Amino acid sequence: MNLTLHVWRQTGAAAAGRFERYDARDVSEHMSFLEMLDVVNGRLIEEGKDPIAFEHDCREGICGSCGMVINGRPHGPVPRVTACQLHMRSFTDGDQIWIEPWRARGFPVLKDLVVDRSAFDRVIEAGGYVSIRTGAAPDANAVPIPKRDAERAMDAAACIGCGACVAACPNGSAMLFTAAKVAHLGALPQGQPERYSRVRYMLAQHDDEGFGSCTNHGNCEAACPKGISIDCIAQLNRDAIRAALGKGTEYAGAAGGGA
Amino acid sequence: MELRAKVPSGPIQEKWDKHRFEMKLVNPANKRKYEIIVVGTGLAGASAAATLGELGYRVKVFTYHDSSRRAHSIAAQGGINAAKNYQNDGDSVFRLFYDTVKGGDFRAREANVYRLAQISLDIIDQCVAQGVPFAREYGGLLANRSFGGAQVSRTFYARGQTGQQLLLGAYQALARQVAEGTVTLYPRTEMLDVIVVEGQARGIVVRNLVTGAISAHMAHAVALGTGGYSNAFFLSTNAKACNATAIWRAYRRGAGLANPCFTQIHPTCIPQAGDYQSKLTLMSESLRNDGRIWVPARAGDARRPNDIPEGERDYYLERIYPSFGNLTPRDVASRRAKELVDKGQGVGPERNGVYLDFRDAIQRLGQQTIAERYGNLFDMYLQITGENPYEVPMRIYPAPHYTMGGLWVDYNLMSTLPGLFVIGEANFSDHGANRLGASALMQGLADGYFILPYTIGDYLAQTKFAAVPEDHVAGRSAVAEAEARTTRLLGINGTRTVDAFHRQLGRLLWEYCGMERTADGLNQALREIPRLRDAFWADVRVPGAGQDLNQELEKAGRVADFLEFAEVMCLDALRRDESCGGHFRKEHQTPDGEARRDDEQFAHAAVWEYTGDGTPPKRHVEPLTFEYVHLAQRSYK
Repeated sequence: MNLTLHVWRQTGAAAAGRFERYDARDVSEHMSFLEMLDVVNGRLIEEGKDPIAFEHDCREGICGSCGMVINGRPHGPVPRVTACQLHMRSFTDGDQIWIEPWRARGFPVLKDLVVDRSAFDRVIEAGGYVSIRTGAAPDANAVPIPKRDAERAMDAAACIGCGACVAACPNGSAMLFTAAKVAHLGALPQGQPERYSRVRYMLAQHDDEGFGSCTNHGNCEAACPKGISIDCIAQLNRDAIRAALGKGTEYAGAAGGGA
Repeated sequence: MELRAKVPSGPIQEKWDKHRFEMKLVNPANKRKYEIIVVGTGLAGASAAATLGELGYRVKVFTYHDSSRRAHSIAAQGGINAAKNYQNDGDSVFRLFYDTVKGGDFRAREANVYRLAQISLDIIDQCVAQGVPFAREYGGLLANRSFGGAQVSRTFYARGQTGQQLLLGAYQALARQVAEGTVTLYPRTEMLDVIVVEGQARGIVVRNLVTGAISAHMAHAVALGTGGYSNAFFLSTNAKACNATAIWRAYRRGAGLANPCFTQIHPTCIPQAGDYQSKLTLMSESLRNDGRIWVPARAGDARRPNDIPEGERDYYLERIYPSFGNLTPRDVASRRAKELVDKGQGVGPERNGVYLDFRDAIQRLGQQTIAERYGNLFDMYLQITGENPYEVPMRIYPAPHYTMGGLWVDYNLMSTLPGLFVIGEANFSDHGANRLGASALMQGLADGYFILPYTIGDYLAQTKFAAVPEDHVAGRSAVAEAEARTTRLLGINGTRTVDAFHRQLGRLLWEYCGMERTADGLNQALREIPRLRDAFWADVRVPGAGQDLNQELEKAGRVADFLEFAEVMCLDALRRDESCGGHFRKEHQTPDGEARRDDEQFAHAAVWEYTGDGTPPKRHVEPLTFEYVHLAQRSYK
């Protein structure tokens, strides 16, 4: 098939960006979307032009590196699929495809389709962990965990940190990302001691990073390639309200700044 | 080059305990005076950096990803082994040790493997305490499955995302140390060289991938957790950025490179669909627990799989290996698939695959159960191929997946370059000539959480260090070399893309140094690789500038190193004139096509020493002795 691409090109963080038009010819339906871009880039290089910068690594939907808005939708038209797992059979001959970076205050563009997502790391650093040292663990079966709790934790832990939720949100909120970690650790006994301090510190960091507030649009869940549910946000809100009412302050000393 | 393995004396069960007692300790108050560089944030790197930070060292961690959570450990699907014997099916530390030595076809160091099996117990405890959501039974206890050639259920898993969950556990432990201030993280920063001062590894040269700035970072010790080199083949299951630059540059600075020809070809990957293919996707080996592998009995049979009657199918693994059947180890399963495809019995549009069929399992267990076990893998397969594996058999074919070779390390995980430690897939240590399923995650975390943090302390405590300022002359000259190389790559301005050269190298290696190797083929490869390397340096086109985010430049540097690395890989394969594990020399096989080892001549690790550009590397050997697992031909019949 032959396609017309309109790709956001931006030389650097401070530069102004614009859409550029490219023809993608003889595209096989079995190609992945990124392989299609590889072919376009190969041609650009041979023509002496600058190839399109985009992030990718595992190309099997788990590392969370790739991410671009394709025809207005983060990761493109197929639900629950990352851009790298999107295949060209989802498009038809003659299609116009608009490709843009994540757009959000918390994710400044570095070049073309590449954005800076380091804010996510700082949100995790604020408290997205269990404070346990290597070597201090009891036997793994010492504390039985009901299967439903383990499954609920796993559902939330499946987040790949790609940032599609932020790109989809009209407020540029990273609440689904933050809530997924809060819900994952909150579902497990190991996460209880720091449960309320964790939500406080992570939320404060989330806001400091310039992410917007959650107003329950639900676009994040629709865009999430891993199907993380906004139930996680409800969980986060419950824990945040309890934390605001003083719940868990008995742990604040031990958790000291989320550490 | 002296290869002192430094294996402690005494019975194998007591070596590690004894060694831990005998190692020197760093006074807690002095730990913060030591700086340690960790390169890579996969399971090995992240767990090592987090643990070293907890101990009080000052740690600098480097990754070329935008976040330390994205290392390729994240893509491991199947699981992690541990000799917990929670299933009461006869597992033990000794059995895991035995299976690993035998599975590696007797080319691993016994003492290291035993320690790995011992530590496997602690890893699971540690990960559960971090909140890793392993699969559980209804009673709340941990679930296990059997995996890839094991006859006990010792594999712990988190759906099909075990690597992801273990890595996030390590990433979160690392994040905690970053918040504590013990660890400084350098994302989007790629290592280009090791800095050696007075015979010790004292730093690294890195390039900031956003600004392009090349700089030196100094420390008292350096640990590389930079993964494997499967991408030498271009098409592999590794992530696109995985590369050999860190270990190759360390080799050029004096670290011995061990067994580079030991590469693992994984039997269950989705076959290549076209020339544009950028990588191959693994389908977890756990699928072999319920799927049956077959090809049409008649070559060239073009019927659809479901139209081929039972009697005209060849379930070849079940036929040849009645006791292990579809669970035979990876190297064996891969070779059998290649043979049948070569004979014309391959399936799919390109006739380059074999079937992995779930029809019987679905009939026996119901679609629901199969979906619970493998749902995400089935979805992934459907997404990639457009075929529904609940209805038609999957098509699979072997693909490069893991590399057992790597930098040589002693029992303390230190390379032949003092102060340079190597952990995880980047070292050669524990898997011999073939890695068993669910053992890579185990090794990465064992090295990072439980071995390196002790042994690096021992090194620091007994070593005298000269004061090395950040602008030391060795660092400045290594930076200048890296800058010159970058300038050279950008200045060639030829006609072909980096990928074009990389694909060509990959095809060459797959043909001559892949699943089956011969002296003739390897000699051919050794003639062609230098020619390809010359062509690269004469005709590659790297667009853009050095002071910028330039992904083509990143790739070019990595491919340039693969073009050197590949030569030692082929040389090693040529000189190892035997078959063992993943290294199959066609000249050395039993009458029924199994690998035939030559223990008289090759029961050793081959370690290559760099002697300068244009002179052949020097081969050294570390003899391997087997006191506890007796040398025997592997048999899975």
